[in-house]
Amino acid sequence: MDKVIVADKLSLAYTNNETIINKVDFSVNAGDFLFITGASGSGKSTLLKSLYGALKPKDGSLVVGGVELRGVSSSKLNFLRKHIGIVFQDYKLVKEWTIEKNIMLPLIINGYEKTVTQNQVDSLLKHVRLKHQAGKYPLELSGGEQQRVAMARALSHNPTLILADEPTGNLDEYSSQLIWNLLEGANTQLQTTVIVVTHNIPQAMNVDYKHFHIEYGSIHEVN
Amino acid sequence: MLIISTFILSMGVFMKSIKNHLSLVIALLSILFSLQVFIIVDRSIDSYKVNLANNYSIVVISQKNLDIEEILKLNKIIENVSELEPDVVIKKVDTQMSAKNRELLKLTLPKFYKMRLTHYPTPQEIHKLTNNLLAHKLITKVENFSHNHDTTYKLLLLFKSVITVFALSMLIVTTLLIFKELKIWQLKHNERMSIMGLFGAPVWLRSAVLFRLSIVDALIASTLAFGVFSYMASSTWVATQLDYIGINIVIFDPLYDFLTLLSIAIFLSIMLASFIVLGHKEEV
Repeated sequence: MDKVIVADKLSLAYTNNETIINKVDFSVNAGDFLFITGASGSGKSTLLKSLYGALKPKDGSLVVGGVELRGVSSSKLNFLRKHIGIVFQDYKLVKEWTIEKNIMLPLIINGYEKTVTQNQVDSLLKHVRLKHQAGKYPLELSGGEQQRVAMARALSHNPTLILADEPTGNLDEYSSQLIWNLLEGANTQLQTTVIVVTHNIPQAMNVDYKHFHIEYGSIHEVN
Repeated sequence: MLIISTFILSMGVFMKSIKNHLSLVIALLSILFSLQVFIIVDRSIDSYKVNLANNYSIVVISQKNLDIEEILKLNKIIENVSELEPDVVIKKVDTQMSAKNRELLKLTLPKFYKMRLTHYPTPQEIHKLTNNLLAHKLITKVENFSHNHDTTYKLLLLFKSVITVFALSMLIVTTLLIFKELKIWQLKHNERMSIMGLFGAPVWLRSAVLFRLSIVDALIASTLAFGVFSYMASSTWVATQLDYIGINIVIFDPLYDFLTLLSIAIFLSIMLASFIVLGHKEEV
């Protein structure tokens, strides 16, 4: 099995130097569906940030998609991020852009042709049940709808890795179910590696998944 | 009802778009305006100097005839030298003199020469020229009318200084305005640039909107300045005022001046956008 992520004695800290994650070793295989759980402030979102290079390792090594993130150059980081789809808890949609343009963003960055881009966006809007809202702006939508847009954006460029930070936190049942279905679909149909940070793993998951739990700066796999 | 709501929505989008551009356009327009006013004043002063130079001459007195070529070589500022006829000089001294006495006086009179200069000289240039002329063995006296000259020249310098101070004040105020705008833009564009960065957008793509916006603002400001100054240049009232003081200048050259203003506006707005891009920090 190809390893998508390999962490070796990885330590993470913010600028105040307090170590959040302390010398952990773990790896994630291509096509895995992984849940990361832990109490609030345990460092699960910090770990996720390090996986897309927003937080550089303080110590040890972290290789994602073959790119060593310790001391990574901005061009290599951009290259890596083009192959990752990220879903944020606070959606991170561009407020002054329409829903359609927000979903297009990764496709534009990856240099897709205009017709391919439009077809992909149309198809995703149907999947997230927002076809009729395409011309609206993020602030005109509910939280659940905004997260569905963020989900569509994360899937738009068929990434090899999807990172989701509490994607269903505070969402209604309908939107939550839609998002889990999309994540499962990407994993089973496209063999996309999916890593989800969450407080609660949904009861009815239709995929085999792995589960890492973070406590006191350490990571252990839950069987 | 639908027409009204569409109209209101369109107006809203239009107003928002105007608001986005207005503050930088005003700041850029102020800079362009003060710059062009400075250019106009500078041209007026140069034109006025030409007028003064045409009316200004130095009188040199010598005991014998001077070699004009030799005098021209004394200082580059001398454009031409002409001898004043003794009759002209005598007429100015006494008009009731008899013809016989006038002829006698002509024999004893020294030679008078009038010098025209290439440009309106500074007091230092006059001083140097006077010394050069007095160093010549045949020249006994130089009348340079330095008192009158100094007063006019100092007035010109004062006027130019006042305009320079005005232009500099405008520059400082507008620079402060631009820096304020920079902070607003930084806040406004930071989030979008960060989000684009999270999906791997290179710096040029993240900042493309910013540069496009600033170039559009530079174009708007330059076009407005073009309109204002073209109107001024074609105004008969302005032309009459300049004629009164004997100044004939180009107020606004539609090609050269417009390109200058456009280049400065684009340079400033690109600098503003670059500061924002350089000051952008990715959120963690």
